[in-house]
Amino acid sequence: MSMESLFNRLKAGRLFSFPGGVKPPERKALSNQTAIAALPLPDKLFVSLKQHIGVEGKVQVKEGDKVLKGQVLTASPNPFAVPVHAPTSGTVTRIGLHAAAHPSGLPEQTIEITPDGLGQWTTLSPIPNYAQLPKMKIIEAICNAGISGMGGAGFPTHLKISSKKDVEFLIINGVECEPYITADDRLMREHAWQIRQGIDILVHLLNPGAVLIAIEENKPEAIDAMRVACKDQSRYLVCPIPTRYPAGGEKQLIQNLLDREVPRKGLPIDVGVIMQNVGTCYAIADAIFSGKPLIERVVTLTGESLQAPGNYWVPLGTPVYHLLNQAKYVSSLQQKKRIIMGGPMMGFTLHTDLAPVVKTSNCVLVPSDQAMPLPPDEQSCIRCAACADACPASLLPQQLYWHAKANELERAQDFNLFDCIECGACAYVCPSDIPLVHYYRRAKADIRIQEQEKQKSDKARQRFEARNARLEREAEERKAKHAEAAERRRQAMQQPADNPQDKIAAALARVQAKKQAAQPDAVPEANEDKVAAAIARAKAKREAQQAQTGEPAKASALADDPKKAQVASAIARAKAKREAQQAQTTETVESASPAASDDAEAAKKARVAAAVARAKAKRDAEKADDAPESDAQPAENAQIDDADAAKKARVAAAVAKAKAKRDAEKADDAPESDAQPAENAQIDDVDAAKKARVAAALAKAKAKRDAEKAASTTETNHQPDDITQVDDAEAAKRARVKAAVARAKAKKAQQQDDPS
Amino acid sequence: MITALIILALLALGFGLLLGYAALRFKVEGDPLVEQIDALLPQTQCGQCGYPGCRPYAEAIANGDEINKCPPGGEATIKNLADLMGVEAKPLHGGSTEPEVKKVAFIREDECIGCTKCIQACPVDAIVGATRQMHTVITSECTGCDLCVEPCPVDCIDMVPIKTGITNWRWDLNPIAIKQVD
Amino acid sequence: MTFKVASSPHQHAMRNTAGLMRLVIYCAVPGIVVQGYFFGWGILVQLILAVLTALVSEGVFLALRKRNFERALGDYSAVLTAILLAISIPPLAPWWIVVLGTFFAIVIVKQLYGGLGNNLFNPAMAAYVMLLISFPVQMTAWAPVQALTQFSVNLADAASVVFTGFTTDGYSLGQLQTNIDGVTLATPLDQVRTDLTLGLTYHESLQNEIFNHGMGIGWAWVNLAYLLGGLVLIKTRAINWHIPGAMLGTLAAIAAVMYATDASIYASPAFHLFSGAAMLGAFFIATDPVSAATSNKGRLVYGAGIGLWVYLIRTFGGYPDAVAFAVLIMNMAVPLIDYYLKPRVYGHWSKRR
Ligand code: SF4
Ligand code: SF4
Ligand code: SF4
Ligand code: SF4
Ligand code: SF4
Repeated sequence: MSMESLFNRLKAGRLFSFPGGVKPPERKALSNQTAIAALPLPDKLFVSLKQHIGVEGKVQVKEGDKVLKGQVLTASPNPFAVPVHAPTSGTVTRIGLHAAAHPSGLPEQTIEITPDGLGQWTTLSPIPNYAQLPKMKIIEAICNAGISGMGGAGFPTHLKISSKKDVEFLIINGVECEPYITADDRLMREHAWQIRQGIDILVHLLNPGAVLIAIEENKPEAIDAMRVACKDQSRYLVCPIPTRYPAGGEKQLIQNLLDREVPRKGLPIDVGVIMQNVGTCYAIADAIFSGKPLIERVVTLTGESLQAPGNYWVPLGTPVYHLLNQAKYVSSLQQKKRIIMGGPMMGFTLHTDLAPVVKTSNCVLVPSDQAMPLPPDEQSCIRCAACADACPASLLPQQLYWHAKANELERAQDFNLFDCIECGACAYVCPSDIPLVHYYRRAKADIRIQEQEKQKSDKARQRFEARNARLEREAEERKAKHAEAAERRRQAMQQPADNPQDKIAAALARVQAKKQAAQPDAVPEANEDKVAAAIARAKAKREAQQAQTGEPAKASALADDPKKAQVASAIARAKAKREAQQAQTTETVESASPAASDDAEAAKKARVAAAVARAKAKRDAEKADDAPESDAQPAENAQIDDADAAKKARVAAAVAKAKAKRDAEKADDAPESDAQPAENAQIDDVDAAKKARVAAALAKAKAKRDAEKAASTTETNHQPDDITQVDDAEAAKRARVKAAVARAKAKKAQQQDDPS
Repeated sequence: MITALIILALLALGFGLLLGYAALRFKVEGDPLVEQIDALLPQTQCGQCGYPGCRPYAEAIANGDEINKCPPGGEATIKNLADLMGVEAKPLHGGSTEPEVKKVAFIREDECIGCTKCIQACPVDAIVGATRQMHTVITSECTGCDLCVEPCPVDCIDMVPIKTGITNWRWDLNPIAIKQVD
Repeated sequence: MTFKVASSPHQHAMRNTAGLMRLVIYCAVPGIVVQGYFFGWGILVQLILAVLTALVSEGVFLALRKRNFERALGDYSAVLTAILLAISIPPLAPWWIVVLGTFFAIVIVKQLYGGLGNNLFNPAMAAYVMLLISFPVQMTAWAPVQALTQFSVNLADAASVVFTGFTTDGYSLGQLQTNIDGVTLATPLDQVRTDLTLGLTYHESLQNEIFNHGMGIGWAWVNLAYLLGGLVLIKTRAINWHIPGAMLGTLAAIAAVMYATDASIYASPAFHLFSGAAMLGAFFIATDPVSAATSNKGRLVYGAGIGLWVYLIRTFGGYPDAVAFAVLIMNMAVPLIDYYLKPRVYGHWSKRR
């Protein structure tokens, strides 16, 4: 049906319908009689880092920091991250795990804030002239205000509203079909105008054909209030919806209003619809007109066990026990404490009342045992199909249940398990008291975990096969090398050369030959190129980071990590040494002094090496462009100080050339490389830092080993040198090694002692 | 009598042809058996089945070995294999059917002496490090096969159970007892 | 302090299986009373026997299967099965008929298939058919409406006949079936069938003394009483209208068409609707949730199928009434119906738009 005729139809008050649904007792009068009230601050606030679908941001504060009300606590460049803000001014007393508002009751990262009671705001930057600003600015402001869907799952709002597709209908969801909850009802009654302002902003952003404000018929005051607030807008239409659960489900509401169905695995925008909750509209208006981030929300405190039920403005992070105290919880009405976060149909029970209120918490329900008896044990399904009649998604819950219970997960998927919206209508009507939804959730979780495991096992298989292939290839190469070496030895025997000069020349020739042999070999191995590239990238990234802090800062930066400094200086020395040897053996005259053993020299060498690596990284990054799984980011990092690098690269041109040549060989020789460093590079920031360090260490160690190898090919025994160059730092490490060996020995002795 | 027999024979022939045709016409082109079996194995590559990895075991099953030798897969894998091979599922070879808790290796990095022994043992290259450098396990790649623990001369590798977090929580609300009554 | 943790939904409709079954039983009461009024006390004896057998055999078997039988016995499903069987068999049939039938229904048809919810067939009807095939004589020996019989049968007589085959006065069941003139009386459906095979027309057959206004005396009232109970069930949403509606609608429609083509050999729709177990079958038997189709479309097909088979068997088959056979046949078709008439799941549109 065209947009216009749909609109006219709705205007005439004619709706469509959706299948199934139930009519549980509403019990809304319990909490909707009084105006939304404020609560005193709790003594502690627990702000969960992740309060929405997506990923959590990085913490921007430390323990002990003073924060101001509205100050941003987390940030992340990831578009799926939404920041959280300090709900009031105070001190960050702890950052760590704390019970989450989640059905599992498992703890999550949480920032604990002790309020100072001053409620001092941070500087706010409202943009009341939003219509003059580019849309991206507005969306950014909404994102920065930490707004995610406040009705259901908590989808980040800025993602929803940056849709590129045409929006025919913007639906504002004020249905609130769950029994007991009245937060949106009161919000619409009291703040209709601000909601309207929020809608205006959304309209400005999305430019929809029409705005439908859907409100269930059991909220006549809210309907009137919204009608009044929107009466000057001909394209805003308030649509009363017949009271039936789950009329407020996103999919059901669209079907009810427009007779359109969101395709499976699709989004409402696929049928030209964007839906926002009224609470979200309110928060958007707050964010734009007064610059306030989302730090509090309306929560319905209700249930027969509370003496003062009602709606309250609750700062996010307020622990539930505080709410219960404020609403005068009567524990005698419950045999065992039962606190439901959310409504009676879709809410979840809390494991502890320490759990905080989060952005999606619209209700805390504490029923009495009498008003909401605990269901008896489940009985056999009698196939009465009452559940199928109630299912708004037209599923066959009894079949889903059957297969979910028998753990026939595939069959359950055949019956479209994943189209279940977990509304609970089926379990509500089931005469056998079967916790149907619980079975579905478990089956869904199992399927998801199975899929993850499948992916993991596929990856393990690939890695296993890659490793086997590599081992095989290496064995062959070794064989070939041995054969070649034997051949050459034989030739050398034939023309006895006692001139040491000749010996060196022969060795050089061998090295040359080996290099040349290795090179054509390595080029077709794109895989290994990639590996080398990844290693170099990781290295370059780290060095780039160091370079940014300034060249001399390298030492000082390292200094605050003594162990790292030790390792690095040892590596730097090793490198310097190797380069010296290189200079000798290749007879390339360089300004480098032959025996580079003092630290100053080493540092300089290390800088040169860094430049080389950067240059190499740049080249490798170019090479890696055609590598499908390569992550562009580290390469970009490497290019940051291009100018710097270019200059240094020139300085080290000769070295670079020699090294580049050997590089391919190196990759070949590295037994512990293969695919993982390449994958390392893909791992996101947090991990990458650590892994990159490891990879860098690995690459350097390899370089060191190469140096040793080079030394041994010239038949000059530098091994003792190696040891003599050990200074205190090295010694410390040696001591550790010794200790470890001792431990190992002890272990062995123990094992031998063992009679078996 | 004769006609009846002839008719019966003809019918039998006709149906036989039909069936034969159907078998050809609707033949399911599947992966080779080994691939299918391999896809069901957990790919832990631990060798507890007596073969050097999952694929060799898959080949062995295809050649008629028992299907119940993979402890990491547990009963679920045996059941899947039984379905695939069209045989009865049997209990795990050598006892315990309890699915073990999933684990990953963890190297106590300050004790590691960088001997690279663990790297050589790891079937999936989940350990990075170099000679005399600290080694570390890439947790996301580790299959928990245990093979790196034994070779370590300083005993610095632990197998730590994977924690249940919100993402891998299986909705077991322990306190609710779902009892079956019928 | 531990918290009570449960999965949503936390609120439940206050209707459980036991309540549902009880409601069905209550709604059957008017029909049972009317049946008792017309056919005597025998039905009461049969009911008591059946319910006792059902409870004992269910209890024993649940105990054998190591299930919690207190709760399961409390769900009234066995009682309902027993009642449906007891009102389907002739009121004065020997005691072992009903005991055997109930035992078969509960143990073989229900428990051995895995208990409530797992049985493919409607237990009561499967038992009925088993009895009908095994003991055709006893199962067709319906005593005629009391008003027409030679002897009046009181409760003691009924019990006596059921247990010994003779009334307290020593009359046999055969004698009880005769009218004042000593002619054996059959049920209306039987009568029409026999007469038609004898070459009489339908209208000639209706002249028999067991008919009044073209309806079997008593039978029409019994059916009306079940219809009433059935309507209450629909009203209280214990059952959906789809199955009885489709079944009765189909039966009436086919009967109407056939009656229109040849009224002399085909019975009128009203006769079909108000004879035999038509109403009982439509509202109480075909709607047994366990063995019926589950989607609304499926229910329509299922009901229509039963209606069709009832007509076909009544008119062309070898047995006078056909509800039991029709239900069993459609029970077998249920998996097929459920498979092909799955409702279209939300968001899975392919043809629309
Ligand atoms: S409502 Fe309950 S008893 Fe009825 S079919 Fe569904 S799951 Fe079975
Ligand atoms: S919870 Fe799922 S299966 Fe049950 S009624 Fe809702 S959508 Fe249907
Ligand atoms: S026992 Fe280990 S190696 Fe063998 S199949 Fe199972 S997981 Fe693979
Ligand atoms: S790290 Fe150890 S436990 Fe993990 S896969 Fe490698 S060898 Fe197995
Ligand atoms: S085997 Fe142990 S000591 Fe050796 S590298 Fe591995 S973890 Fe370190």
